Amino acid sequence: MPMQFVKYHVRDKYLKTDRLPHIWCPGCGIGSILNAFLLGLEKANIDPDKLLVVSGIGCTGRVAGYLNMDTFHTTHGRAIPFAIGLKIARPDMHVVVFSGDGDLVTIGGNHFIHAARRNNDLLVILVNNLNYGMTGGQVGATTPHNAITTTTPYGNIEDDFNIPFLAAAAGAVYVARWTSLHVRRLAWSIAEAFHRKGFRLIEVISQCPTTFGRRNKMPNGLDMLKWFRDNTIVKHNADLRETRIELNRKIVIGKFIDIKDKPTFEEQAYGLVEKVRGVKRGE
Amino acid sequence: MINNQKQKTQTIQVKRRGIVYLVKDRCKGCGFCIEFCPMGVLKPSKDFNAQGYHYPILVEEPPNKVCIACGFCTVICPEFAIYAEPMEEEKK
Repeated sequence: MPMQFVKYHVRDKYLKTDRLPHIWCPGCGIGSILNAFLLGLEKANIDPDKLLVVSGIGCTGRVAGYLNMDTFHTTHGRAIPFAIGLKIARPDMHVVVFSGDGDLVTIGGNHFIHAARRNNDLLVILVNNLNYGMTGGQVGATTPHNAITTTTPYGNIEDDFNIPFLAAAAGAVYVARWTSLHVRRLAWSIAEAFHRKGFRLIEVISQCPTTFGRRNKMPNGLDMLKWFRDNTIVKHNADLRETRIELNRKIVIGKFIDIKDKPTFEEQAYGLVEKVRGVKRGE
Repeated sequence: MINNQKQKTQTIQVKRRGIVYLVKDRCKGCGFCIEFCPMGVLKPSKDFNAQGYHYPILVEEPPNKVCIACGFCTVICPEFAIYAEPMEEEKK
């Protein structure tokens, strides 16, 4: 049977289709990750009316503008504080923070580790494209050692953040890392994380061919996906001291931490109010 | 890796299970669906779409090189352009 040319897509019910095609470059991975997120949402059987998506500034921050549900595009680095407020005001809703590495672990790094420490009930999807993509490819806190960027033309002399280790050390209950090639495992992981309670982090390593790949001998998105295919190793429950991203070593991906039944901040806060006042919330 | 997959398709009997749909003018020609299709049934077109990119087209060679509706192109497409769905008789 030949290919059928149509005007709609199966995921169009979740999207503001009048804004498509989106702003992301050809070969960018954020679209694939958004697609996997919507598949995970479908697999987890979550009602989109019970979902709040918060994103910060950056290329990934644009996600909030394309989803046809309750979304908010916050100020730079403040996606997690906004989401904490939403979750405390509406504990019946699922709150998802969908943002980039520059937003969540660089400018918003302190909010990130303190939300993990307090075990706020959030699902954080962190799209790590290894540099500051939107502003032109400058070196960031997640750029691997020796990588070439606009501001490090002879190689980066700094070490990068080991994000799964950071989150696990701060107290996150679910930590996983995938790439934008492993979309099926990512969708499965998102579906699983929707049914956990507490601070859940899914780091997704994405390609930025326009600013990062072009300077590191991977000029288009396909080259970067082939790099992910050949240079990743799936290792569940891996030793998190070994998960730093290095250009000449295999990237460890998989599900690293999965702790059940750790009390969340919201549960404890409402429990305390109940104990002190002797009445339930809303009565 | 890709060679192994091609050998597999030659030895295992496969059945056509899916139909591929495309929203032509959304495609930006990244080529992910073409490269990572496990059956290798997609290839870039010679025509351009409204944005000036070469969109994928379906080249099936029955009995072994056919769409099996695995849905990987549906998930990996960053532009929400291509999707594969099982045929009506497969849904039952």
